[in-house]
Amino acid sequence: MDPQLVTDLVVHTILIVIVATLLMGGFAAMTVVERKLLGRFTLRYGPNRVGKFGTLQVIADMFKMFFKEEVVPDHVDRAIYLMAPGMALVPAMLAFAVVPIAQAPFVLPFEVFGYTITVNPWIADINVGVLYILAIGSLGTYGVVLGGWSSNNKYSLLGGLRTSAQMLSYELPMGVALLGVIMLAGSLQLTQIVDFQNAWLGLRWFILFQPIAFIIFYICSLAEAGRAPFDLPETENELIAGFATEYGAMKFGLFFGAEYIHMIVVSFIMATLFLGGWSGPFATQVPLLGIVYLLLKVGFILFTMIWVRASTPRVRFDKLMKFNWKFLLPLSIANAAVTALVAGVIFF
Amino acid sequence: MLKEVKEAVSGSREIARAMGVTLKYLFKKPITHQYPDEPVEVYPRFRGRHVLQRYENGLERCIGCALCAAACPTHCIYVEAAENTDDDRRSPGERYAKVYDINMLRCIFCGYCAEACPTEAIVLKHDFQLAEYTRWDAIYTKERLLEPHDTPHIKLRSDEKFELKETWGNK
Repeated sequence: MDPQLVTDLVVHTILIVIVATLLMGGFAAMTVVERKLLGRFTLRYGPNRVGKFGTLQVIADMFKMFFKEEVVPDHVDRAIYLMAPGMALVPAMLAFAVVPIAQAPFVLPFEVFGYTITVNPWIADINVGVLYILAIGSLGTYGVVLGGWSSNNKYSLLGGLRTSAQMLSYELPMGVALLGVIMLAGSLQLTQIVDFQNAWLGLRWFILFQPIAFIIFYICSLAEAGRAPFDLPETENELIAGFATEYGAMKFGLFFGAEYIHMIVVSFIMATLFLGGWSGPFATQVPLLGIVYLLLKVGFILFTMIWVRASTPRVRFDKLMKFNWKFLLPLSIANAAVTALVAGVIFF
Repeated sequence: MLKEVKEAVSGSREIARAMGVTLKYLFKKPITHQYPDEPVEVYPRFRGRHVLQRYENGLERCIGCALCAAACPTHCIYVEAAENTDDDRRSPGERYAKVYDINMLRCIFCGYCAEACPTEAIVLKHDFQLAEYTRWDAIYTKERLLEPHDTPHIKLRSDEKFELKETWGNK
């Protein structure tokens, strides 16, 4: 076997483990940050009992989730019931694979066992990155739908059905909105999309050319991640907890994590596609600065997501569908058409 | 078509306004009372736990007349009087309360006992921490009711002055 291939595989595996761990850590941090911020938005303190400013609340919650009794109700479809939380969590993480966090591969300054190690700032730089993101995004629906169906509970089923309807319909304007970005960048590859935005001192961001697409993508990501005001799958006032009604302990924790990781990953994708990813002033010269820029952008998007949750009431289900099919989809198609015309006139 | 556009514009404006409001609140100080850490503010007329008062010289005000027990609508007060002697003087009068129990589980904090008391011995102060581990602990004995009763967790609100008017209720 080719030794270079083996080292590449090992490096990749380590990278994947690191990314998965960081995402889980991000999920844990987000739960506390969100509650803290929501508290401050509503003139409360939020969690502040465990540790300084409630920072150790993460650990307390983790212990609670892990040590709760694992109850599997009698009437559930056991295999699917146990599988569903994982099926919700894994696709949420997978989408992160194509996000570049810096410009160029990083060569370690020392040799390990005589091999030069090259660390890529992405897990996979595939040339259909945008398609991959959309495809993986749809997979996330399965976990929720199967969880709702296998629970054998009317609330779960309704929650699951709503989720499938919601996620599938919001994928359409999302994909069409991305058409504008793809047309301007001329590529589906995320590294090339970021490279395009790394002009003009790293500030040629797609949000400048495609503000409508950005707003559509933002709204659709909220719906995809099941965030307020589109958290119809788990409307606690009408469906108990929707698809998660029959889930407890760490199984619920995984669903919970899926939502938050979805949110984080979608923020990374949004930052990469519309806010220039790692690009910014002097990010090419100092690669570390690029990572800081990316994290700042992602942090800002996450903040706005929590902000939206604190400000908007939940949308009624029929209005949700109406809004998507009668407003977002035509708007995104119009946006793509106008972009195509303008881009055609400029480039040809 | 025009209607939809109008709806979209007004809807976006409303959402922007809502988000402006929440953003304004983000930078305000929370209004939560950090209760066990910081004292709670109560109004001067808030009726809480009973306290048996003393005179300045340390003698008990209660003379064991049991008028409070008679006035109590829930019969939660039990008074047993005993004679004062020169060796063992508890109150300035002839008698004092040997036993003075209040069942806090029955008490409705109406304040009739305080109204009935001729010497202003029993008053309803502001303490509200009345949770106990057993039911028997909820029967407050004289030792617990007598002053001094320290309440560091309570702060009297200063924004409203309470003035006692003798004519109140006598019209």
